Amino acid sequence: MGDGALAAANVAALAVVLAAAYRPLGDYLAHVFTSARHTRAEKVLYRAVGVDPEGRQPWPAYLRAVLAFSLAGLALLYLLLRTQHLLPGSLGLPALRPDLAFNTAVSFVANTNWQAYSPEQTVGYAVQAAGLAVQSFLSAAVSLAVAAALIRGLAARGASTTGPATTGPATTGTGTIGNFWVDVTRSTLRVLLPASVVVAVVLLAGGVVQNVAGFTDVTTIAGGTQTIPGGPVASQEAIKMLGTNGGGFFNANSAHPFENPTPWTNLFQVFLLLVIPVCLPRTLGTMVGDQRAGRVLLWTMAALFGLVYVSMTVFELAGAGTVPQLAGAALEGKEQRFGIVGSTLFATATSGTTGGAANSMHGSYTALGGMMLLLNMMMGEVAPGGAGSGAYAILVMVVIAVFLAALLLGRAPVYLGKRIGVRELQLVSVFILIMPTLALGGLAVSLGITPVRAQILAGTGNTGAHGLTEVMYAFVSAAVNNGSAFAGLSANTPWLNTTLGILILLGRFLPIAVVLALAGSFARQEPTTTTATTELPVHRPQFVGLLVALVLFVALPMFLPYLMLGPLAEGVGR
Amino acid sequence: MTRVLLDALRKCDPRVQWRNPVLMLVEACALLATVYALWETVTGATPTSGGAALPGSFHWAAAAWMWLTLYTANVAEALAEGRGRAQAAGLRAAQATTTAHRVRRYDPLRDAAAREATIEAVSSAELRPGDVVVIAEGDTVPADGQVVWGIASIDESAVTGESAPVIRESGAKRATVTGGTRVLSDRVVCRVTMPLGDTRVDQMIALAEGARRQKAPNELALFALLASFSLSFVVVALTLNAVASPVAAPVSLPILAALVAALIPSEIAALLSVTGIAGMYRLLRSNVLVTSAKALETAGDITTVLVDKTGTVTWGNRRATRFVPVGETTRHELVRAAVLASIDDPTPEGRSTLALAHTTSLMPDDVAAGAGRAIPFSAHTRLSGIDLPDGTQVRKGAESAVLAWLKRAGDQQPRGVVEQVRARTTVIARAGGTPLVVAAKPAGGRGEVLGVIELKDVVKEGAADRFETLRRLGVRTVMITGDNPLTAAAIAAEAGIDDHLGDASPETKLARIRTEQAAGHFVAMTGDGTNDAPALAQADVGVAMSSATAAARESANIVVLDDDPTKLVEIITIGRRSMATRGALTTFNIANDLVRYFALFPVLFVGTFPGLDALNVLRLSSPASAVLSTLIFSVVVIVALVPLALVGVPYRTPDLGTSLSRNLLYFGVGGLLFPAVCIKLIDLVVSLFPGY
Repeated sequence: MGDGALAAANVAALAVVLAAAYRPLGDYLAHVFTSARHTRAEKVLYRAVGVDPEGRQPWPAYLRAVLAFSLAGLALLYLLLRTQHLLPGSLGLPALRPDLAFNTAVSFVANTNWQAYSPEQTVGYAVQAAGLAVQSFLSAAVSLAVAAALIRGLAARGASTTGPATTGPATTGTGTIGNFWVDVTRSTLRVLLPASVVVAVVLLAGGVVQNVAGFTDVTTIAGGTQTIPGGPVASQEAIKMLGTNGGGFFNANSAHPFENPTPWTNLFQVFLLLVIPVCLPRTLGTMVGDQRAGRVLLWTMAALFGLVYVSMTVFELAGAGTVPQLAGAALEGKEQRFGIVGSTLFATATSGTTGGAANSMHGSYTALGGMMLLLNMMMGEVAPGGAGSGAYAILVMVVIAVFLAALLLGRAPVYLGKRIGVRELQLVSVFILIMPTLALGGLAVSLGITPVRAQILAGTGNTGAHGLTEVMYAFVSAAVNNGSAFAGLSANTPWLNTTLGILILLGRFLPIAVVLALAGSFARQEPTTTTATTELPVHRPQFVGLLVALVLFVALPMFLPYLMLGPLAEGVGR
Repeated sequence: MTRVLLDALRKCDPRVQWRNPVLMLVEACALLATVYALWETVTGATPTSGGAALPGSFHWAAAAWMWLTLYTANVAEALAEGRGRAQAAGLRAAQATTTAHRVRRYDPLRDAAAREATIEAVSSAELRPGDVVVIAEGDTVPADGQVVWGIASIDESAVTGESAPVIRESGAKRATVTGGTRVLSDRVVCRVTMPLGDTRVDQMIALAEGARRQKAPNELALFALLASFSLSFVVVALTLNAVASPVAAPVSLPILAALVAALIPSEIAALLSVTGIAGMYRLLRSNVLVTSAKALETAGDITTVLVDKTGTVTWGNRRATRFVPVGETTRHELVRAAVLASIDDPTPEGRSTLALAHTTSLMPDDVAAGAGRAIPFSAHTRLSGIDLPDGTQVRKGAESAVLAWLKRAGDQQPRGVVEQVRARTTVIARAGGTPLVVAAKPAGGRGEVLGVIELKDVVKEGAADRFETLRRLGVRTVMITGDNPLTAAAIAAEAGIDDHLGDASPETKLARIRTEQAAGHFVAMTGDGTNDAPALAQADVGVAMSSATAAARESANIVVLDDDPTKLVEIITIGRRSMATRGALTTFNIANDLVRYFALFPVLFVGTFPGLDALNVLRLSSPASAVLSTLIFSVVVIVALVPLALVGVPYRTPDLGTSLSRNLLYFGVGGLLFPAVCIKLIDLVVSLFPGY
C-alpha cells in the first residue's frame, strides 16, 4: 500500500470511530455537566471534604476554587517528589532536586506533562501512581470543568427556565457558572476514571505491560546484559492519552514498545487523544440547544487538523537531504512499526491537542515537518486542542470571528443569543496575547542573558537553526501547556526547570482566569431571541473559513519571524 | 485645505496624539528611528541589519516614511472633522425656525392683551426665556411658555399625539403651551420659558469636530482587539534580536521600528474616527441630530421600534371619511350643508370634508369660497360654519355644541332625532372615529340636524412601505396609541405594523419597553409628548421630533429636525453602514498584514540565511526596498481608504450569509491582492534608486 493510501485509510478509520463517538460521548458529557443528581459516592466525597454541592459559584469564586485545588495538588505532588526516597515502592530512587520537583509538579498539575527527566530512571512506582497519575486525572478534570463553565455561561438562560440547582443552566440574574467542586468530581468519577479502566484493559489486550516487576536484568543474544524496566504502564497510559496529558511512563513515551506496541495500538492512542476534544463541540451544541454551533467548531478543528497532517506528511515523505532520500523518506527518529504516516498522524494529534505524548523523535523531523508541529502549537492548540482546553480556546477565537462577521454585516455581534460587547472583546484580546507573549518573553529572557544563553546552547543537540528550534519548541510547548519536546535540548537544568515551570504555570492559569471571566460575563446576560432574518450566519461554511483564517492570522504575525530563524532558516535558508 | 493640513500637524503633538494610542505608537517608532539615524550620521556608522549592509540613506528614509504615515493618518482625521464642521455650521444657519411676534416692553397691568404694545417679528431661535410673544390663530407656537393672557384652542397632536384640540388659558392649570404646536383659534399672550432650538446643534458640532467624541461600544470593542494586535508586534520587536542572537546578527533598531509601524493596524486606528464622523455627517444630511456616537451605533442594533400612531402611522389630525344622514335628510342635502359649513374652514376637518365631497361626486357646483360670512371655529363655541347672504345658517361641530346651538335658537330637536343622532355618533366613536354633527337653519325656518360627518385617523400614504422596509431590515414595529385596542388593531393591520399597544399610558409604554428589552431586543422609540420622556429615556434609542416638548427632546438621544418620524429607516441603515465600514476596514487590514509579513519577514535575516529569499514571494528587489516599500504602502493605503471610510460600505439587506461571503471576498481576498500589487509597484520605483 502506498503511503498516500495508508494515510487516507488511517484518517478514514479515525474519522469513522470519532464520528461514532461524537454524539454519545458529547451528549454524555453534557449530561454529566447538567444532571441534578449526585451519586452516592459523590455525596460521601462532598460531605467528607465539606463542600456544598448545591452551591452555585460566580466566576471569581469558581476561579478561586480552581486555583486552590490546583495549588493544593501542586504542593502535595512537590512534597511527594521531594520525599521519594522515604516512600515505599520507590525502587531505591532518590528524591528529586527542588527545581526538577517544581517543574515536574507544575507540569503535571497544569496538564502539560513536560518531562525534564527520564521517568524510568527518576521516579518510582509510588510517585508514578500516587502523584503523577493522580494529577493526570485531576488536571484533565480541571480543564473539562473550565470548559463546562464557559459553555454553561453561553447556555445561561433566564431564571424562569432554571434547571436543577447546581449544574443546570446558570441563571442570568446571578451570573453563576456552576460549581467547580461538582464539575471536577464528576469529570473524574463519571468520565475519566471509568473510561480509563476500559481503555487500560484494551491496551493490555494490545500488548501494553502492567506489572510491579521493577527492573529485570536479562542477557541479550549478543551476550551483554540489559536492564529492562517494567511497571504499571497500561493503567497510566490510558489517562495519559485520554486526558491529553502525555506524561509517559518511559522516557521514550509512546515510541516505547511497552507503551505502544503495535500499529493498531498506535491508531487507538491517537483516537484516545482526540476523542474528548472532538466530542466537546457536541457537548456545547447539546447544552446550548443548537447543534449547528457544535458542528462549526468540529469542522474548524477538522480543517486545521487536516491542514497540518497533510503538509507534515508531505514534508516528511519528501524528506530533504541525502539520508532520507536513500531511505525513501525521513525515517530517522521514527519507529519502523509506525512508519511515516503513523508517526505524523500521532505527531499531528499530539501537537494539536495538549497531549505531550510522542511516538517519534520530533527533532528528527525534516525542518519543514518540524515546523508544522511548532505551528500546530502556535495556533493555540485548537486542532482540536486539549480535553477541555481545546474547547475554550476555540470558543475564544469564535468570539473574535463572530465580532468581525457581525461588524462586516453591520449587525450586533451576538453568539448563541449572547451579546459580544466591550468586556467580552477585551477579555479575548488579552487571551490571544498571553501564550505568545509568555513563549517569546521567556525565550528572549533566556537567550538574552549571556551566561544563560551559553549554558542553553551548550545543552542543545545541534548548533545553528536546528538548535534554536529545539529551544524555541521547549518554550512554546511550555507556554501552550503541550508538554511534548523536540528532543535534543538538555532541559533538566535549574534555569530551564524554573523558567519553563513558571511559563507552564502562567500559561495554564492566566488563560483559565480570562475564560472564567468570559463565562461569568456571558452568564450575566439574558439571551437575545433571534429570528431567521436577524440571525448572524455563524453556522455556515463561510464562517468556518473565517474562523480557520483567523486562527492562522492570529498565530502567524507573532511567530512567523521566529519560524524564519528556526525551521525555515534550516529548511530553505541555506 | 490649509486648515486641514495645519490641524493634522497639530494632532502630531504627543500631548494630543496619546488619545489614539495606536498612532502614538507609530509616532514613538518614527522618533526612535530618527534618533537612531541621527546617531548613525553623527558617528558615521554604516547601516547594517541582520547581517546585511543597507544603503547609506536607508534609516533616514525609513524614519521619514514613518513620520509621513503618522501625518497622513492625522490628515485623514482632520479632513473628516472639517467636513463634519462645515455641515454642522450650515445646519445651524438653516435650522428650521418659525417667526415669532415678540412684544416689546410688555405691560401686564395696563395692556395685558398687548394690543397697543409694539410687536416685532423675530426668528424663534432668537427668543430667550422671559420674552413675551403674541400667538394668533394659525400661528405655530414658537417656544415652550405660559399663557399670561387669553384663551385658545391648540392642536397639540404633533407633540402629544392626541388628535383632539385642547384649550389653553391664562391663570389656569392648563396655561402651558408647547413649542411646535399650533393655535387653531383665538389669540393668546405667552411668556417664553424655554426656547425651541436648544443646544443640540452645538452638541452635534462638538461631536463632529471630534473633540469630545465618545466611542461607541463596538468601536471600543474593536479598539481592544487592535490594541492586542499592536501589542503583539511590540512583543515581537522587543524579543526578536534576543531570540535571533544564537544564529543571526541583530536587526537594526529602525527596521524593528519600521516592523511595528508598518504592521500595527494604524490605518484602522486612523480611519475609525473618520467612519464615526462620516456616519454623523450622513445623518446630518438627512436632518437627523445624534447626541452621541453610541446612539448612532446602537441605532444599527435596533430590533424593535415603538412608534406613535399619530404623526407616524396616521396623519394625526382627523379626516372626514363618511357622511351619515339623519332622519328625512338625503345624502345630497347633507353633503351640500357640510360643504357649505366647510368651504371657508381652513382646519384639516374642513378641508378633508371638501375632499371627501369631491370623491363622493356629490360636490355641489354652485358653492364657492366666500359664499357667505364664515364663522371660524372657536374654543368658546366649539362650532364652525357659515352665514349665507339669504340668512341661512349652517353649523358643524361636536354633538353637544350643535344641539346647544339649535336649542339657543329656539329649535330644540325632538327626542327621536336626538336619540337617532346619539346612536349614529356612538357607533362612530366606538370604532375610533370622531363624529361631527351638521345642522342648518334656513332664514326664518326651523333649524334641524341633517347628519353626521365621520372623522377618522387615516393611515399615511407610504407608511406601509416604510414599515415593510423596516421588516426587511429585521426590525419589528409596535404601534402605540391611546385609542382602544380594537381601533389600534384596525389601524395596525391597515398600516402593516407587526404589533400594537392600545390604551397606552406612560406606565404601559415603559413596561412594554422593559419587556422587549428583557427579551433581548434593542428598542427604539419615537415620541413627542412630555409624558413620553420616561419611555424615551428607557429605550435604547429615543427618537424625538424637533417639534417635541423640551422634556421629550432632553430624554431622546436622536432628534429628527424635519419631523419625519419614518427617518428611523435612515437612522438604522446609517448605523449599520458605519459598523459594516469598520468591519470592512478591519478585515482588509488583517488580510493586508499577511502580505506585509511576507514582504518584511523573509528579508530580516536574508543576510544570514540567503536561502530565505525563496520566501520573498513578491520578488522585492532588496531588503532595504522591501522594508521601505512596505512603509510607503502604509501611507498609500490610508489615502486609498479615506474615501471608503467616508462613503461607507453599501449596506445590503438580503441574505446575511451571501453578504458575509461577498464582504469576505471583497475585503478579505481583495485585502490580499491590493497590497501585493501596490507593494510590488512601489518596489519597482524604489529599486530605481541606487543601493535599493
